[in-house]
Amino acid sequence: MPKIQTNGLGLWYGGFHALKNVNAGFEANKITAIIGPSGCGKSTLLRVFNRMNDLIEGVRIEGDVLIDGSNIFDMRTDLVTLREKVGMVFQRPNPFPLSIYENIVFGVRVHNGRVKRDKLDEAVEQSLKSVLLWDELKDRLDKPALRLSLEQKQRLCIARLIAVRPDVLLMDEPCSTLDPQATARIEELMRELKASYTIIIVTHNMQQAARVSDDTGFMLLGELIEFGRTEAIFTAPRDKRTEDYITGRYG
Amino acid sequence: MVVRKVKEFIIEKLILICGIASIFFVLLIFLFLAKEGLAVFKIVSPSSFLGGKSWYPISEPPQLGILPLILGSAIVTLGAAVISVPIGVGCAIYIAEIAPLKIKEVLKAGIELLAAIPSVVLGFIGMVTLVPMVKNVFHLPTGLTALSGSIMLAFMAMPTIVSIAEDALYSVPKTYKEGAFALGATHWQTIWRVMLPAASSGILAAVMLGIGRVIGETMAVMMITGNSAVIPQSILVPVRTLTATIAAEMGEAVVGSEHYFALFAIGIVLFVISFAINVTADLFLHKRQ
Repeated sequence: MPKIQTNGLGLWYGGFHALKNVNAGFEANKITAIIGPSGCGKSTLLRVFNRMNDLIEGVRIEGDVLIDGSNIFDMRTDLVTLREKVGMVFQRPNPFPLSIYENIVFGVRVHNGRVKRDKLDEAVEQSLKSVLLWDELKDRLDKPALRLSLEQKQRLCIARLIAVRPDVLLMDEPCSTLDPQATARIEELMRELKASYTIIIVTHNMQQAARVSDDTGFMLLGELIEFGRTEAIFTAPRDKRTEDYITGRYG
Repeated sequence: MVVRKVKEFIIEKLILICGIASIFFVLLIFLFLAKEGLAVFKIVSPSSFLGGKSWYPISEPPQLGILPLILGSAIVTLGAAVISVPIGVGCAIYIAEIAPLKIKEVLKAGIELLAAIPSVVLGFIGMVTLVPMVKNVFHLPTGLTALSGSIMLAFMAMPTIVSIAEDALYSVPKTYKEGAFALGATHWQTIWRVMLPAASSGILAAVMLGIGRVIGETMAVMMITGNSAVIPQSILVPVRTLTATIAAEMGEAVVGSEHYFALFAIGIVLFVISFAINVTADLFLHKRQ
């Protein structure tokens, strides 16, 4: 059974039909890329999984999204618990204007109330190690996170999520503000994290999708046109529109 | 062509003069204040002026110690800050983060209206409502106390605090909020742990400017604090502030007398305090950018 399954998922922003009957399964311990031209609904789809669209007024959703078999739109689903399980990395790295240390323990504190200092220290060390920032930053954990480089900020945002121990990582164009070297290193990190998480990445960059993902979905005008193994999508697309997009005829 | 150039030249110079004039007038005022005020130090030393415990300007010889007045201003200001800062910041949080659009509009209009009430009107209302209430609640011989002044001034500081703090909260990048929500933080956790720290310098500036407003306020305090120039032992006794002293006594001070110079010297003290507060607030505001 896939980790995340959508059934007949539709979404409207007021009168605008942003997602149309999306059916897809996202496997655990794999990276799934969602590609498509701007405005095709790929970020919207991603934001359904942790219900970030709830913040926008006038949103209406139909259909189901099952995570581990339970529907996230169920009245019993607690947003806090959902977001503990499904973390998100944003397009622009958005560390809080706090110290590096405080950024990482933010989520831990939010979900566990008062936590002993040594537990927090441990969480900071582990999560910074898992994004390969520990050696660089261990001596200046009390420095403001806003002074880090863009790549370090994005890694810190990933570390901040990992500290909460989620199952799913949603990444909304996580490399779009980074240079090619930094992008390559973040992609390397994603491959490492794959063993422990279900990763869904939205990207503009088809090469990136081809490089890192196991599965790929192609979206156009709110519809999921094609979904399958990444090699299949990129070498033998079944739909004409997918082929046009990946060969660069539009987008 | 020539006419146009001449016209341009004249207009430019006129505007330049306007610009210089404002600085020039401030300088003149400051010089006058210094000239008249510093003369008092020929009669009393600065330390016995600032630290002297009795203010009897028309006794013979005059006793010109303004410590009771400084403490009077301080206690009224402190009281006003204790009341207005939590309510003002709370109101700013509500307007910026929680209130639905319609309530937000109503509240903002209400706050602006509060700022538009002349201080003498507020003082008058305070005198007939607040003063008897304070008297009855605390069983005091008189309701004209520092506390009444604090409560009244808190209302005056509130609009400044609310509007600047609300601005500071509003300009916190939306990405911080999204980040906190995405980590599963509740709305309050997001406000408390992310929004407030991010807006802290703007909020501090708001508090400083609110306090600046309180220290400089004259009319309402003069009407409801009782105007007795003794060192206050608690917040429930009549006090006299620096501003009220100048306003109340300037009319009866003989020009060129010690009393007259002493009132100008009080003006200098007030000027220094307000200047320090404004500079601090400015520092906080610039730190934000």
